[in-house]
Amino acid sequence: MTKKIDRRKFIKAAGAATAVSAIGMPTLALGAGKKVVVVGGGTGGATAAKYLKVADPSIEVTLIEQNKDYFTCYFSNEVLSGHRTLDSIKHGYDGLKKHGVNVVFDHVTAIDAAKKTVTTKGGKSFAYDRCIVSPGIDFKWETIEGYDEAASHKIAHAYKAGPQTALLRSQLEAMPDGGKVVIAPPPNPFRCPPGPYERASQIAAYLKAHKPKSKIIIMDPKPKFSKMGLFTQGWKKFYGYGTDNSMIEWHGSAEEAGITKVDVANLTMTSGFGEEVKADVMNIIPAQKAGKIAFLAGLTNDKGWCPIDLKTFESKKHPGIHVIGDSSVAKGMPKSGYAANSQGKVCAAAVAAMLNGKEAGVPSFVNTCYSIVAKDWGISVAAVYKLKADGSKIQKVSGGLTPMDASDAAHKAEEAYANSWYNNIVDDIFH
Amino acid sequence: MISRLIKATAFAAGLITATLSSANAADVLSGATTEALILPCAGCHGNDGVSKGPAIPTISGFKKKYFIKTMAKFKDAERNSTIMSRIAKGYSDEEIEQMAKYYEKKPFVKADQKFDAALAEKGAKLHEEFCESCHKKQGQKPKKKGILAGQWSPYIRQELHNFFSEKRDMSRLMGKRLKKVGKENIEALVNFYASVK
Repeated sequence: MTKKIDRRKFIKAAGAATAVSAIGMPTLALGAGKKVVVVGGGTGGATAAKYLKVADPSIEVTLIEQNKDYFTCYFSNEVLSGHRTLDSIKHGYDGLKKHGVNVVFDHVTAIDAAKKTVTTKGGKSFAYDRCIVSPGIDFKWETIEGYDEAASHKIAHAYKAGPQTALLRSQLEAMPDGGKVVIAPPPNPFRCPPGPYERASQIAAYLKAHKPKSKIIIMDPKPKFSKMGLFTQGWKKFYGYGTDNSMIEWHGSAEEAGITKVDVANLTMTSGFGEEVKADVMNIIPAQKAGKIAFLAGLTNDKGWCPIDLKTFESKKHPGIHVIGDSSVAKGMPKSGYAANSQGKVCAAAVAAMLNGKEAGVPSFVNTCYSIVAKDWGISVAAVYKLKADGSKIQKVSGGLTPMDASDAAHKAEEAYANSWYNNIVDDIFH
Repeated sequence: MISRLIKATAFAAGLITATLSSANAADVLSGATTEALILPCAGCHGNDGVSKGPAIPTISGFKKKYFIKTMAKFKDAERNSTIMSRIAKGYSDEEIEQMAKYYEKKPFVKADQKFDAALAEKGAKLHEEFCESCHKKQGQKPKKKGILAGQWSPYIRQELHNFFSEKRDMSRLMGKRLKKVGKENIEALVNFYASVK
């Protein structure tokens, strides 16, 4: 069909896209490079850095990340239960270097959208033509009295994997049989919506095997949660949920169970209802917002997240800067590792196109999220997403949850697939 | 009779699905490039469809026709699956064809996995007698079938169980042949396909 269109008609048909490239061309001709700085080497950032090089090897890609090792949040709950080691969720950046990504270990302190530079604590400045920011989440420490960053070294949030995961695991190991574990999930929106409930399941699996008289209390500020029906079904099947002997108790917003105050020294917390709960091990996951650099760079809205164009992930606050992953407002998609991975690929393709004077292509997204409730009993939510024609939403076009009547064989397969998914996605991101 | 009824119902369900998909397609952007379509698959099936395993199958090197037929069966929930029927419905027939063409060109990479030599030897004989005529070259070069040799064992095992328990459709010929192989020999076949280098 293209062959039949003559050049003039084609230019007319291409319309706006051609106009952009016409303006873009002289700049490129003058030798302005194709430099991209990626801030943050988590799932979103590492994926974007790799796929920029895949899309166009001539793009100069610099990834700036604070830590030499990255611990995935996904599967960190399996470290809490002892089913995985912390080492098994640790990944380095050598794979990205092999793709030609310049990896810099430093802390980004500022992004100047006007001068198009990124500055680091180490005193370096990096110029960019386009910048991709993938800062993950930060906590609204002010929302729970008595709980701040310093307190998190005693009472773990364990919602950024690594030392926090190790701390919570060591406390669970030290807890005597008959102890009480209290988990305080955050209000919406937050990273990995099923995370706190998979965590309760994994901790229950550990306690059931090693400390069967113990209990887990979930003090939730919400009336319901992700995969609630499936989690409840699994908890009933494996942990006596709903009986007097239940290993897991869930209290929601109807009981004003959300935590408002914590006494770190005495390991007590106070719910909105005013009830005081004493724990042997506490896990507090505070309310969340975009990572710190998003605020410093002026990329956030009044709710603390980063509004973006849903086709290119370009910031609505600062053109030239793109935001992906948990901190972006990717309307319609959950804040998950797979979502960040999928967005990293879409954003990389868009940035590569834009740097070459072309219009960003039509995006296509997938998110699959597994939770392991017990040994051989996995559940999932999966979806395919496309962009609404008017650009207003990343629309789910198919998907759904594990059916409630799934067989044990299906649940076993889902657990096996969960482990395979992990192997494949970290290979996709870091190798 | 019953099986015909089930098929008719599944067909009707398929029609409903198709209608829903096209309703969705109306207000979302279409025309994604093949790259844009296949990149998200890597999260589960690995780069270029080569799975790191142990359970999710490698899909590179699949014949186009087989890929399309498989996705169509997932779409219409004719084939038993965990998440693939939820995922497949998100793609139009044209998009599935784009993906099929892409993966057909990518080389199938055999999984490096352990196997029991004695069982593999037994499996080799069974394969030669009952399977080789369709799954040629020890299951490496199928015409319209899936690739067996070097596919991840947990996946081969699961699908063989699905065939035996009639959770997955197969040709009448394959049904007859599998009956002769016998359910008790699933492990022999699994170990054989893992052993083919």
